[in-house]
Amino acid sequence: MAGLLQLLVSGLATGATYALVAIGFTLLWQTSQTINFAQGEFVMVPAFIVLAAMRFLDFSLWPALALGLFCSLLLLGFLFKRLLVDPLLKHGVLPLVIATIGLSILAKEVVKNYYSGEAQRFPALISGDTIPLGGAVLSVQDLINLTVAVAAVALLQLFLARTETGRRMQATAQNRTVAAILGIDVERMILYTFLLNAALVCLAAYLITPVYLATYSIGEGLGLVAFTAAIVGGFNQVRGAIVGGFIVGIAENFTAVYVSTQYRTAVPLLLLVAIILFRPQGLLGRAEERTT
Amino acid sequence: MTGLRLWGYVAAAGVLVALIVLPQSLKPYGIALLSRWAVMAIAAVGLNLTLGYAGQISLAQAAFLGIGAYTTAILTTNGYPFWSALLLAGGLGFGVGWLLGYPALRVQHHYLAFVTLAFMTMAYLVFRNEAWLTGGVFGINRIPRPSFFGWSTAKPLTYYYVCLGALMIVLAGAWWMIRSPWGRAFVALRENPRRAMSLGVDIRSYTLLAFAFGAALGCIAGVFFAPLVEFVDPSSFTLADSLGLLLMVVVGGSGYFFGPLLGAMVAVLLPEWLRMTQGLYLICYAVLVMVLMVFCPSGIFGLFDKAVRPFNRSAPLAIGKEARR
Amino acid sequence: MSAVLEVSELRKSFGGITAVDGVSLSVDEGEIVGVIGPNGSGKSTLFDCILGQLLPSAGTVQVDGREVTGMRPCDLNRLGVSRTFQMLQVFPQLSVRENLILAGQEHRGSMLARLLGAGDAGLGPSAQNMIEFFRLQHLADEFAGELSYGQQKLLDVAMAFMSGPRLVLLDEPAGGVNLTMLATLRERLRDINREQRATFVVIEHNMDFVMSLCTRIIVLAQGRVICEGAPEAVRADPQVIEAYLGH
Repeated sequence: MAGLLQLLVSGLATGATYALVAIGFTLLWQTSQTINFAQGEFVMVPAFIVLAAMRFLDFSLWPALALGLFCSLLLLGFLFKRLLVDPLLKHGVLPLVIATIGLSILAKEVVKNYYSGEAQRFPALISGDTIPLGGAVLSVQDLINLTVAVAAVALLQLFLARTETGRRMQATAQNRTVAAILGIDVERMILYTFLLNAALVCLAAYLITPVYLATYSIGEGLGLVAFTAAIVGGFNQVRGAIVGGFIVGIAENFTAVYVSTQYRTAVPLLLLVAIILFRPQGLLGRAEERTT
Repeated sequence: MTGLRLWGYVAAAGVLVALIVLPQSLKPYGIALLSRWAVMAIAAVGLNLTLGYAGQISLAQAAFLGIGAYTTAILTTNGYPFWSALLLAGGLGFGVGWLLGYPALRVQHHYLAFVTLAFMTMAYLVFRNEAWLTGGVFGINRIPRPSFFGWSTAKPLTYYYVCLGALMIVLAGAWWMIRSPWGRAFVALRENPRRAMSLGVDIRSYTLLAFAFGAALGCIAGVFFAPLVEFVDPSSFTLADSLGLLLMVVVGGSGYFFGPLLGAMVAVLLPEWLRMTQGLYLICYAVLVMVLMVFCPSGIFGLFDKAVRPFNRSAPLAIGKEARR
Repeated sequence: MSAVLEVSELRKSFGGITAVDGVSLSVDEGEIVGVIGPNGSGKSTLFDCILGQLLPSAGTVQVDGREVTGMRPCDLNRLGVSRTFQMLQVFPQLSVRENLILAGQEHRGSMLARLLGAGDAGLGPSAQNMIEFFRLQHLADEFAGELSYGQQKLLDVAMAFMSGPRLVLLDEPAGGVNLTMLATLRERLRDINREQRATFVVIEHNMDFVMSLCTRIIVLAQGRVICEGAPEAVRADPQVIEAYLGH
C-alpha cells in the first residue's frame, strides 16, 4: 500500500510535468497546425540556458532562471514562430514537421558540442528530501513538482476560460476563420500561443531537470511523451492533453516497477496504439467529421 | 521527345556510367561509402513511396532496415543462403507494414505516423533487449558476403556492384509502378484526394500498399546493409536513423523519382566533406535542412524543377518526375 | 422495381445550424431530376450527404435498394454512383486522355491487376470514345490545365461517365459555361441518358438549363422540399416563387 502511494505520487508528479509539455504541443497544433517535433528539445534548451548562464556568466540561480525564461520566450516563442513557422505553414504540414526535426537535431548538437555531452546536475530549486506519510516515503521534489504543475495547469485553464485574451485564444484554436470574422486578431493570438508554449516548456524544464539531470538527449523521450499524451487525450483538447499527461506519467512509473524496466519506454507508445485502435478520438476528444 | 526530356535521359545515363566506372579508381573507403549510399538509397526510395507518393510520414524506416539486416545476419551466420534472407525479409517488411498500416489507416489518415513511431521504439527495444535472437547490444558479427552462382562478392568493389545492381532493380520496379495505373492514382490522391475518391480511387488501399511496399524496400535495403558492414548492432537502427532517412527523402525532393538518390548522396557524403568541422556536420546538416525547407520545401529536385519550369511547356512529363504543383 | 436513388428523412446539422431538414426523395431509372432552390437551401449539403462526403445526422440513403448511408465516396463509386463538383476538379497535370483513363481505371480489375497489367488499364478505346463523344479530339493529349473553362467542364462531366455509372449527380454543371457549350452539354447529357439509361440528379441555378434538361424538378428551401413535379408546374408554383423572391 505504501509502495503504491509512493508510485502514485511520483507518477502524478511526472505526469503533471508531462501534461505541461503536452498542453503546449496541443495548443500549437490547434491554433496553427504546427506539429512541433522539437518539443522535447524545447524543454531541454531552457535548462541549458540556465546552466550556461550560471557557468559562463556567473549568474546566481534565480537570475539565471529568469534569463532562461526570457530566452525561452524569445527563441522558442517569438523567433520560432517568425523565422520557421510563418514561412513554412503555407506549404502545408510536412515541410514544417521536417524543419522542426532539423531544429531538434540542431538544438541537441549545439548543446552537445558547445556545452557538454555529459549529464549535468541541475540545482534543486527546493531543498529537502522526503516526507514520511502513512508508511510511505514521499519525495519532496515530487510533491513540489506536482503542486506547481497542477497549479500552473489550473491557472492556465482559468486564463483560457476567464480572461478576455484567453477566450480569444480559445476561439482562435477552435476555428480560425470564425475568430477572424469576430474581429479577433488571429495572428496575435497565435503568437501568444507560441509564447505560452515557450513558458510552459520552460516551467517543465525547471521541474524536470533537477530530478532527471540535464542532458542534451533529454528531449527525445520528452517529445515522445508529449505526442503520446496529446493523442491519448485526443489531439483537439487541452483538457485531453492534461489527462493524457497524467496517464502516461503514471503508466510509465508503474511499468518500471511491475513490468520489466527494459521496455519501460514502450509503454506510452503501446498505450498510444491501443487508444488509436479502440478510440481514435482519444479519451476526451470528439469524433472528427470525415474529411476524405 | 522534347529537348529537356532528352537531356534528362542523357544525364541519367551519364550518372549511371560514372557510378559503374568511377569506383574502379577509388580506395576501399570510397567504395564502401558509395556502397552505403546505394543501400540507403534503396531504403530512401521505399520511404519516398510512402511519403512522396502516398503522403504519409513513416518514422519506422530504420526499424525495417534493422529487420532486414538482422534477418540476414541471423540467417547467413547460420548457414542459410542469401536468397532466403532476401525473400524472408521482403515478405516480413510487406507483412508488417500491412499489419501496422491497416488498423491505423482505417481509423484516421494521419495516425500512421504515430503508429510507426511506436513500432520504431518497440523494434529498437527488441533489437537491444532480446539478446538470444539479436545478440543484444553486442550485435551479430562476421556476417558473410553472399556468393552468386559460385562467384564470391567478398571484395569491396564486387559487393558494390551487387548493391548498385540491387538499386537499379529497385528503381526499375519503382519506375514500373509509377507508370502503371497506380502512379496515376497516386498523383490524383496527392493533388485532389476528394475528387480522386469520388472517382473510385480508394485512398486507404493505395496508401496502405504504398506503405507496405515502402516497408518491404526498407527491409530489402537492410538485407544488403548487413553484409556490407559485416556487423550489425542496435545503434544503427534508432529513431534518429529513421529521421535521417526522412530527411534524405525531403532534402532530395519528396515525390520526385530521383529525389531519394540525391538526398541519400547528400546524407552520406556530407559528413565526409565536413570532416574538418569535426562533428559539426550535423549542425550544418540541420541548418541546411531548415533553410532548404524555408526557401524550397520541395527539396533540391524541387529547385531544379522550378529552374527548368519556364522551359518546359511540352507535353505532360512522366508522372514520376512532375510531382509538385 | 426499387428506385435507383431513395433518400429518406435525411437530416444534417452543423452545431446549431440545420442545413438539411428531413428531405425525402426518390429517383427512378432513366429520370433526369433537377434540384433547385435559393442559395443556402441545402442542395450541396444534400449531395454531400448522399455521396458519403458528409455523414448525415439522421435519415437513410439507398441506391438500388441497398443501404449506402455514410458509405465512403470511393465505395459508392464502385456501386455505380458518380458525381461532378461545383468547383471544377479535373487534374491539371494529367492530359485529357489520362484524366479520363484515371476516371475509369478503378472499376477494372483488382489492385494487383492495375499494378501488373496494361499501363492504361485497358481503357484506351473507352477513353477515345469519350473524347470523341464530347468532341475533345484536338485536345486529347494536352494538359487538362491548359483547357478553357468550358472545355474543362466537359472533361469533368466526361470523367463522371467513364465508369459507366447508374446514377450521376451533377453539381451545377452549367456554372460559368457559355451558351454554345451549354447546348452541347445538354445534348450530350440527353444522349447519354438515352443510350446508357443513366439516371441524373442535377443541382443547378441556371433555370433555363434545368427546365429544358430535366424531366422532374424538386425545389428545396431552408433544408426542406417545398415543391416537386414537372418543370412547368414547378415554375408556376406560388411557394417556389416566394422562396426565390423572398430572398
